Amino acid sequence: MRARWPALGLALLAGGVAAGEIGPSERRSGRDFMSAETRAMQADDNSNPGMLWVLQGEQLWSDPAGSKNLSCASCHGEATESMKGVAARYPAFDDASGKPIDLAGRIARCRTERQGAEIPAREGDELVALTTYVAHQSRGLPVAPPADERLAPARAEGRRLFETRMGQLDLACASCHDDNWQGRLGGSAVTQAHPTGYPIYRLEWQAVGSLQRRMRGCMVGVRAEPFAYGSDAYVALEAYLMSRAAGMAMETPGVRP
Amino acid sequence: MTRALVNVPKTAKRGDVIDVRAMIAHPMETGYRMGPNGVPIPRDIITRFECLYDGEIVFAAEFFPAMSANPFISFSTVATASGTLTFRWTDDAGKVETATAEIAVS
Ligand code: HEC
Ligand code: HEC
Repeated sequence: MRARWPALGLALLAGGVAAGEIGPSERRSGRDFMSAETRAMQADDNSNPGMLWVLQGEQLWSDPAGSKNLSCASCHGEATESMKGVAARYPAFDDASGKPIDLAGRIARCRTERQGAEIPAREGDELVALTTYVAHQSRGLPVAPPADERLAPARAEGRRLFETRMGQLDLACASCHDDNWQGRLGGSAVTQAHPTGYPIYRLEWQAVGSLQRRMRGCMVGVRAEPFAYGSDAYVALEAYLMSRAAGMAMETPGVRP
Repeated sequence: MTRALVNVPKTAKRGDVIDVRAMIAHPMETGYRMGPNGVPIPRDIITRFECLYDGEIVFAAEFFPAMSANPFISFSTVATASGTLTFRWTDDAGKVETATAEIAVS
């Protein structure tokens, strides 16, 4: 991918028309841009490899862990009930830290503070599997960003980041995902960058990864210095992307090339 | 922890051709890649997959390094009797992971 992008960057710079924000009726899930094969893989739970992480998350959910020897289920019961719709309203405002927190961060918090376990690694299998399992409980439900005024600054900051040119290619997220979403970059559809299928199984990764990992890929693609996993900047971008996708259906686990 | 998804119809008529699918989480590390420090990443792949229907092998496959991670296998067999389908994946180290599914044949 890295080799394909420079040429694309030049093409975008030459042909870039500032089309601006995508209207509500024009919004389309990333899934709709995928090949028939990739869509079929996502649609069938028996061939969607992301379901392997859902399965792992389901096992972790009821495994006692940490110094308190409690499982997620000890406190939250059946995830199908207690976690339904939760992912659709993250990032949420976290009173304890006084700032927005993403779903993976929230789960990591329970893992350390409520179970007394080690801090799970951000892109580690354990946290990715738990996040995928929890997010899967919202599949089919509309993205529902909380009407919490305390999230407004993060959404505004996320939008600012999305619209700011960065990296050696000097492109903003918006240059591709707002202004050229109908285009293709090398072989890949650019898409509108909706976060509805996350965490996703990406064929290129041969694994499930988070929205932050996906965004990291785009930042490396424009040769920008990626933010740190779990940073306020990524959470702000997530908060903006979720508000931009309000009402669209959750699809976790999505499948992408 | 084995992470495998197997799919077999719950019921079938005797003589029906049934579709069977099996997928397992596995890195299928080829042995040809270098780690970040230039040290080769040791090969770690599944070398053999078998499906047993009431103890008898009805499908088997050899795997090689060119197969993707999390290999997915789809095949068909004939529903002969009610019983258990056992799926077995054997890796380079000889470690075996298994999963099972039941079928009721009328
Ligand atoms: C040069 C164009 C370009 C820029 C700039 C860019 N992206 Fe992307 N983005 C892509 C392409 C192409 C894909 C499709 C995946 C691939 O690379 O195969 C993608 C995929 C995505 C996806 C996944 C959508 C889905 O349906 O799974 C998200 C989210 C995303 N980008 C966010 C961002 C963010 C945030 C930024 C800014 C930090 C950004 N992108 C910058 C080209 C770009
Ligand atoms: C000792 C009890 C306990 C355990 C164990 C526990 N949690 Fe929690 N969890 C809570 C409480 C209490 C809250 C809500 C209060 C808060 O904000 O801290 C919460 C909140 C959450 C939320 C946010 C829900 C929302 O509506 O915003 C998620 C997601 C979550 N937990 C996931 C998990 C997962 C996954 C595990 C296992 C890895 C886990 N929890 C283990 C007690 C627990």
